[in-house]
Amino acid sequence: MAGADRPVAHGVSDREPTEAGSAGSAGSAETHRAIEAVWRIESARIIAGMARMVGDISLAEEFAQDALVAALEQWPRTGIPRNTGAWLTAAAKRRAIDHWRRQERLGVKYQEIAHRLHTDGPTGQPEAAVDEPIDDDLLRLIFVSCHPVLSRQARVSLTLRLLGGLTTDEIARAFLVPSSTIGQRIVRAKKTLSAANVPFEVPGRDEFAGRLDSVLEVIYLVFNEGYAATAGDDWMRPELCQEAMRLGRVLAGLVPKQAEVHGLVALMELQASRIHARTSSSGEPILLLDQDRSRWDQLLIRRGLAALDRAESLGGATGAYALQAAIAACHARASSPDQTDWERIVALYDALTQLHPSPVVELNRAVAVSMAYGPAAGLELVDELAEGGQLVEYHLLPSVRADLLQKLGRAGEARTEFERAASMAHNERERALLRERAAAVELL
Amino acid sequence: MKYMLILNGDENTESGAMPSEEDLSAMGRYNEELIKDGVLLAGEGLHPSSTGARIEFDGDDRTVTDGPFTETKELIAGFWIIQAGSKEEAIERARRAPLKAGRIEVREIFDVSEFDQTNEFVQKEVQWREQTGQSRTA
Repeated sequence: MAGADRPVAHGVSDREPTEAGSAGSAGSAETHRAIEAVWRIESARIIAGMARMVGDISLAEEFAQDALVAALEQWPRTGIPRNTGAWLTAAAKRRAIDHWRRQERLGVKYQEIAHRLHTDGPTGQPEAAVDEPIDDDLLRLIFVSCHPVLSRQARVSLTLRLLGGLTTDEIARAFLVPSSTIGQRIVRAKKTLSAANVPFEVPGRDEFAGRLDSVLEVIYLVFNEGYAATAGDDWMRPELCQEAMRLGRVLAGLVPKQAEVHGLVALMELQASRIHARTSSSGEPILLLDQDRSRWDQLLIRRGLAALDRAESLGGATGAYALQAAIAACHARASSPDQTDWERIVALYDALTQLHPSPVVELNRAVAVSMAYGPAAGLELVDELAEGGQLVEYHLLPSVRADLLQKLGRAGEARTEFERAASMAHNERERALLRERAAAVELL
Repeated sequence: MKYMLILNGDENTESGAMPSEEDLSAMGRYNEELIKDGVLLAGEGLHPSSTGARIEFDGDDRTVTDGPFTETKELIAGFWIIQAGSKEEAIERARRAPLKAGRIEVREIFDVSEFDQTNEFVQKEVQWREQTGQSRTA
C-alpha cells in the first residue's frame, strides 16, 4: 500500500464482487453512503488521535483521509467492519508509518514519531487506540481549530472540516461561496497554524478563558449562519444549526464545568426551538410575538432549559450567552406574549448591556420596557437611542419606534416612521412588510 | 434531521425481567457515546406491555384493552431520538447498539414545517369549508 496513488473513489463500483451474493454497483453506492456516514461520525476522533501522535493537524487529516480512501476501496468488497472507528484508526496509522519510513533518512525526529505510532497501541489491535486519551485529543483539536491566530472565517471552515467531518463542498454550499474559496481558506489556515508553531494542546490556565471564548464564538457563528438561512436555500445551510448545536453539546461534555458552554448550548437549543415558527410558508418572517407557539419544538425547549439550569447552577448566570439564553427562556416558558415575564427580561437586558454595551441590545431592551411598563416608557428609550445617533442606518429603530407610536395612538407619526423603516430595510420581504404596516396605520 | 430509533420488544423485554448487569453496562456505554457525540436528544425504555393498555378508535367509539399483548415483535420496548445528517448516519448509529438479538427500526421524525398549519390561506380555506359544510376533497 505504501506509495500507492489515491484510488479514485467512484472507481470502486467497477470492482467485481468477490463473494456470491455481494451487491452490485447499486449496493456499492449504498455502501458509499454508509461509509460517508461513518466518516461523519468518526473523522474528528481519528484526526484528533492522529494529530496527537504526529503533532500536526495537516498531516493528521491527510492520513485520516487516506484511511477513508482505503475504506472506500475495501469495504464495498469486505462489508463494513464491526468496529469502524478502530479500523479507520488502524488504517490511518499504517499510512503514517509508511510515510515516516519513507522520510526516515531525513532525521531522528521522524524515527521517534514512527516509534510512537508503533507503541501507541499495536495497529493490529486498534481498540487500544480509541480509549481514554481520545476525549483530550478532541478537546485539543477544537482549541487548535479555533485558535485566535486564525481569522474568524478560517476558524469556522477548519472547525467544520475537522470536527464536523464536512467536506469542502458541503461547507461551501452552506456558506454560499465557491468550493475553491473554502479549500484555499482551509489550506491557508493549516499553513498559518504550522507557521505559528501552534502546539497540539489544550491552553493552560492563564489563557484558557480567552481561548474558550474563541471556541464559543466560532460555534455561535456557525449557528447564526444556519439560522439566517431562508426557505429557498440549500439544505446544507440550516444543517449548520444542527452541527453547531452538536459541537456545543460535545464541548459541554468535554469541559462540563465551564458554565458559559452550557449557556451557549442553552441559547442555541432555545433559539432553534423556534426555527419552524419564525417564517410563514411563503417565506415571510414572523416576529417572535406573532409566532404560533404550538410550533415551537418542545423537546429543544426542554433541553435548552436544562442546559440553562446547568449554566446557572455552575455560577454562570451572568455570562453573555447564559443571559441571552435566560431571555429566550422567558419567552419559551410563556404560553402567550402577555404571559411573558417582561420585567425579568428587562432586568436580564440590563445585565447584558452592562456586560456588552450595544445599541442593538439597548433597542431590544426598549421593546421589553414597553411590554413591561407601557409604550410611553419604551418610546422614551428609543428616542434617546435615536438621538445618540448610533443606529442611524438600522431599519429596526424606526420600525420599533413606529410600533410604539401606533400603540400610543399617534397614527400620523407612526405611518411616517414605518415608511422610513421600509426605505432603510435591506431585503424586499421586510420592505414589503413595513410598507404594509405603514398602509395599515392609515386605516385606523 | 431528527430520527427515532425504535427498539422492538421480545420475550425478554416483555417478561419484565431486569436486564443483566452486563447488558445494562453495554447499553450505558452506547448511550454515553451518543451523548459524547452530541447527537442524543432523548431516549427512554418502556415497561412491558402487561402494565400498559390500548385504546382503539372506531368513529365515536373508544375501546380500551389492558395489556399484555401477544404479538411481541410488533411491540416497542424503548426508543432514542437522535440528530443525524442523513438516514445512513442514523442507520450507522443504530447498527452500533449493543444487541445480540432483536430489531431496531430507524424512522425520520417530521419537522413541524412539513405540516403547513399556520398558513393564513390554508386556515381560511379550512374555515370556509367548515362554514359552508363542504368536505375537504381538494
